[in-house]
Amino acid sequence: MSMYSLSPLLASAISAALPLIIVALGELICERAGILNLGLEGMMLMGALASFMTVTMGGGLFLGLVMGISAGVLSSLIFGFVVINLQANQVAAGLSLTILGAGLSAFLGRSYVGFPAAASFAPLPIPFLKDIPLLGVSIFSLNLLGYFGLLSLAGVSWFLYRTRAGLTLRAVGESPVVARALGLSVTRVRYLAVFFGGAMAGIAGTYYSIAQFKMWQEGLTSGNGWIALALVVFATWRPMRVGFGALLFGGVTALGLYFQAIGLSISTFALSSLPYVATVLVLVFISRNLETVRRHAPAWLGKPFYDDS
Amino acid sequence: MFRFRLVPRSQASQKMLVLAPLLAVFLTLVVGISLFAVLGQNPIVAFKAYFIDPLSNLNGISELLLKASPLCLIALGLAIGYRANIWNIGAEGQMYVGGIFATGLAIHFQDYPSAWLLPMMIVAGALGGMLWASLTALCRAQFHANEILVSLMLTYVADLLVKALVYGVWKDPMANNFPVTVSFTDSALFTPFVELGWNYWEGTRINTSVFLTLIAIPLVWFFMQRSFSGFQLLVAGLAPGAARYAGFREKKLVWMALLISGLVAGLAGVTEVAGPMAQLNDRWTPGYGFTAIIVANLGRLNPLGIVLASLLMALLYLGGESVQVSLHLPKAVSQVFQGLLLLFLLGCDVMVNYKIVRLPSTRAVAL
Repeated sequence: MSMYSLSPLLASAISAALPLIIVALGELICERAGILNLGLEGMMLMGALASFMTVTMGGGLFLGLVMGISAGVLSSLIFGFVVINLQANQVAAGLSLTILGAGLSAFLGRSYVGFPAAASFAPLPIPFLKDIPLLGVSIFSLNLLGYFGLLSLAGVSWFLYRTRAGLTLRAVGESPVVARALGLSVTRVRYLAVFFGGAMAGIAGTYYSIAQFKMWQEGLTSGNGWIALALVVFATWRPMRVGFGALLFGGVTALGLYFQAIGLSISTFALSSLPYVATVLVLVFISRNLETVRRHAPAWLGKPFYDDS
Repeated sequence: MFRFRLVPRSQASQKMLVLAPLLAVFLTLVVGISLFAVLGQNPIVAFKAYFIDPLSNLNGISELLLKASPLCLIALGLAIGYRANIWNIGAEGQMYVGGIFATGLAIHFQDYPSAWLLPMMIVAGALGGMLWASLTALCRAQFHANEILVSLMLTYVADLLVKALVYGVWKDPMANNFPVTVSFTDSALFTPFVELGWNYWEGTRINTSVFLTLIAIPLVWFFMQRSFSGFQLLVAGLAPGAARYAGFREKKLVWMALLISGLVAGLAGVTEVAGPMAQLNDRWTPGYGFTAIIVANLGRLNPLGIVLASLLMALLYLGGESVQVSLHLPKAVSQVFQGLLLLFLLGCDVMVNYKIVRLPSTRAVAL
């Protein structure tokens, strides 16, 4: 494979990886606070539709992004209220958020199916850097949301390990009992984490509808919310590894498209199943050693906490 | 922050266990109907079209039972696992594979009508569902992989498998290039009640597949409430530490829960392809496997509760189809109702274990 064919391959791998990175980092923060939100798919779909509708009505890209984020945040706060205040089972609540988001977005978006986005985030190549072989096309010619995805990898790492707030967040996820005894507001930290997760899901949804596919259809995110959940486990709850894992999945997706493009005689259905099969294999690979996962998983992940303050 | 405060109850409230689902249904109706109103529909007309019209004739009752039956079947299996905190959410995929296995037999023996064909398809479907669930069981029991994610990923794969087959080797050459298999012969189908001479059901599509569910209900009840394995699963869910201390083998429980739920999901797949559909096609995504998750929770993981919940959820499906025809609302509206219902149920459940106490208005007193 020459460098000429490798370059577009890498570029499409990275463009498939970026929305995964964004939504997975949101979930990572949420899980680090002890909240397992399985509703990523629903929040992303709501964000994707909200931004697409805004752009279609002539609201412009910026307002579209704002509406996408708002839709993600609003969905996440409903989830937050049910699991944080009302002590509901997080697995079931997350599932209901996915079902509701998928249904509501299909319902409200039915008249937006079948025509292209009125505006979309165009690539913004960085002068000079864009001419670097291989990397120029793949990471220095991204759209605005793509650059945001890359920067948020560094940003979330810095926040989690280098700031006091990051330490608080981790403390709440490890032991809300101790965090509360130290005088931290567990409820507030958890709400902020859920809020952040919703905002990131909204951005990722916006990425799909008005940066990558530039259209709306029912179930636009095709299971990527679930793949992002697997990515967080794969990354053993560490931000930088999310980037690595997402690139791996992006690579698998891109490879499928590449095989199709060069006319390899593999069934398109088999190729489409690659990301899902890869997710299962990766989960098995990372989880087979129980200790690795136990050591890194937030100790209070998925358990309700009765905050009597 | 809030003027209300939760106070834990010393014991779960039996009254609230019953009242919470009713309140959740009520809230879902209020929000759902308001949604119709916002979209410019007359709420009363919409309510009638959604919840009353589908049940106003015998055909509606028959369709309700045809939909409730697979939902109930799948939910019964899921509930067994959920009691043990084993979250199989890939019943949809297990149902597909059950349908695929049954279809394989139906196509292969289409020229050999026999009374044994349908029973063989039922067994094959059950095995197919178990096979697909066993992949999840293997990943979870042997490699500790999260069963939620694995079972869901495998559902996407199963969906693609159905498509690969109906667009490929199983495509009916006479179907003008539509991705469908040949129509099953009569001996590969569940018999409609009418053909059994039960003329009361004249003009309806209801068939003998509902008996599979009627058999499964007492069996699952017995397994849950009276068998030692059912007890072990319950303990593993309520007190994992106690289960380990008692020496219950976790791996065995994971395999058991997943295989049983795969088995019934596979059966549901057979009742679908060998029912009114009478073929396999690429549009076969009723979502019963996902809806059954809500049915299991709404029914409180209890067989009797699940029966009632499956009837209610089947009504949500039918209502969705009804307003699609009469008010031109999209079918996704039933999914909205389902999501709302589960969300409200989870929220209302707080009253089972907590009392809601109103605080005095000044904060100082509350502290």
